[in-house]
Amino acid sequence: MDLENQNRVKTLTEKHGAENMLILLGAAEAESAGLAAETVTNGDPTFAGPLAGVQLGLKVYHAVEPEFKDAVNPDVYDEQIGMMEMVLDVDGIVEEMNNIRSEFCKY
Amino acid sequence: MSFPVIKGTGYVLVHTPDVMHHHGTTQSLERAAHPDSEYLKSLNAHTRSYDDVVAYAPNQTYIGNLHPEELRQIATPWFQNGMANAQRVGAFGEIMPQDEFYGLMKISDAFDLVSLEEGFLMKVKEKLEAHPLFKDDVSKLGSGDTQADVERFINEHHADPLFHEGHLVGCVKRAHDVDVSLTAHIIFENLVSKASGVLAMKHLVDKTGLDVNSIDYVIECSEEACGDMNQRGGGNFAKAIAEVVGAVNATGSDLRAFCAAPTHALIEAAALVKAGVYENVVVVAGGATAKLGMNGKDHVKKEMPLLEDVVGGFAVLVSQNDGVNPVIRTDLIGRHTVGTGSSPQAVITSLITAPLDKGGLKITDIDKYSVEMQNPDITKPAGAGDVPEANYKMIGALGVKRGDLERADLPTFVTKHGMPGWAPTQGHIPSGIPYVGYAQQDLTTGKLNKTMIVGKGSLFLARMTNLFDGVSVVLERNSGEVEAPGTGISKKEIKEMIVEAMKDVAAQLMKE
Repeated sequence: MDLENQNRVKTLTEKHGAENMLILLGAAEAESAGLAAETVTNGDPTFAGPLAGVQLGLKVYHAVEPEFKDAVNPDVYDEQIGMMEMVLDVDGIVEEMNNIRSEFCKY
Repeated sequence: MSFPVIKGTGYVLVHTPDVMHHHGTTQSLERAAHPDSEYLKSLNAHTRSYDDVVAYAPNQTYIGNLHPEELRQIATPWFQNGMANAQRVGAFGEIMPQDEFYGLMKISDAFDLVSLEEGFLMKVKEKLEAHPLFKDDVSKLGSGDTQADVERFINEHHADPLFHEGHLVGCVKRAHDVDVSLTAHIIFENLVSKASGVLAMKHLVDKTGLDVNSIDYVIECSEEACGDMNQRGGGNFAKAIAEVVGAVNATGSDLRAFCAAPTHALIEAAALVKAGVYENVVVVAGGATAKLGMNGKDHVKKEMPLLEDVVGGFAVLVSQNDGVNPVIRTDLIGRHTVGTGSSPQAVITSLITAPLDKGGLKITDIDKYSVEMQNPDITKPAGAGDVPEANYKMIGALGVKRGDLERADLPTFVTKHGMPGWAPTQGHIPSGIPYVGYAQQDLTTGKLNKTMIVGKGSLFLARMTNLFDGVSVVLERNSGEVEAPGTGISKKEIKEMIVEAMKDVAAQLMKE
């Protein structure tokens, strides 16, 4: 996750409280989604950004996960994400996100 | 309606290994933070020779020697499968070695800012005297400076060093004592961009056989900014390049839109020609030193050479309809507007299907899409995936949603309507524009009828907006019908009208 985004996540979390935060990802690959999810839960795995060593444990989902899909208007979802759902490795992303959440998510 | 045409192209690469070591941001940031790092020590072992760079298949594709469909046949990773018969010069341009390019930087330098050590300069002069495009420019090289002078410029006057094969051979001086917009670093970046643009435009003129005096206007679309502290992006690379190329009847201007700029420039050039403002407009851009070795750390980690070792450049000539070359369909333009939104679906809809709808076309009516043609040999080991393939999948998926193709046909669509990426990751260089040279071939002597050039840009990097950007345009095989100037009707129609009139006269005479 780029350093500026890490900074924004950290600042918003300090302001609103970790329990009130939810991070929604749109990464195109399971691996990059996993890295971003790890960053906002267990800390920056590259130890380069403001979240290095900071274990926020935030709730984190990817836009193609059923938890998000079922929570939004199906027409809007189809209009905004339907195409990418066809292109992305949804199963791979869901598996990776579940792994990270079960290991590091605190909320 | 008569549309402007793509009349010719020039595509060049410059092998710049030492520039990569010292001026690529990944390397320069590392050097500033950890001067003794293992990564910096490993650079030489991971740097390709000039011969390897010439033999590298994607580079041969870039300069016009290996059609993208032929590149597809070569086994990957391409860096392990160099071509035995590779040439320095191609149908569109050349791959220039670093020492000659330093000479070209000196030739392109109007303010005595490039200093080359006299011994090195003599060798470069000899090589450029044998270069068909620059043999008349060698007098501009001068006689060079002593090694002591070069060192003094660097140590006492903040000049940026120029290395070749690891040795100090010259420097680029700062252009002002205190102006932060004219530091040696900025002048260096700008002169590399200018000189590689010059090389591309020289090849364009050479390959098209165009009279350089007939160029009316130049649009430069790189990603650098030239100016001073009071107008940091004042410009104007376009006119500076035109001057070195000898286009004495041209003026020009710079267009900036990150990686989307080349496609914006192509559309604007077409508009200027179609409106009759100018007859011959050149779109040109040189390359970027900052992006050299950008993914170097990943490449070293994967024990492969740093593949981002070339600066890119291109030039495209847009002219009035000649009845032969592919037309630029100025009525089939796609635009990512302020209100489009940033989801990939919204982006692809605005850039791909919106222009197709204007022409009543299906997604499958476009034979080839030219998207972000980044070379996957470079991006995949860096974790960025196969960029063109991802784009083709998105276009195909949108086609499925529209009912233009069946879901089962998606993989075939990606191959049939797509191409493997071959361009170096130089931002604007891979963006849509690398295929224009082959499109000119495919839409004239080849078998294709319609292609689409798509340019996208990450505007948010400049922190002025969170928006993304993009434009697209359809290129089409010329029908051969050309409108007579100012009439709005074609020559063929005029001939038919004359024939009809003659028949009427003859019939009248017969009656009498």
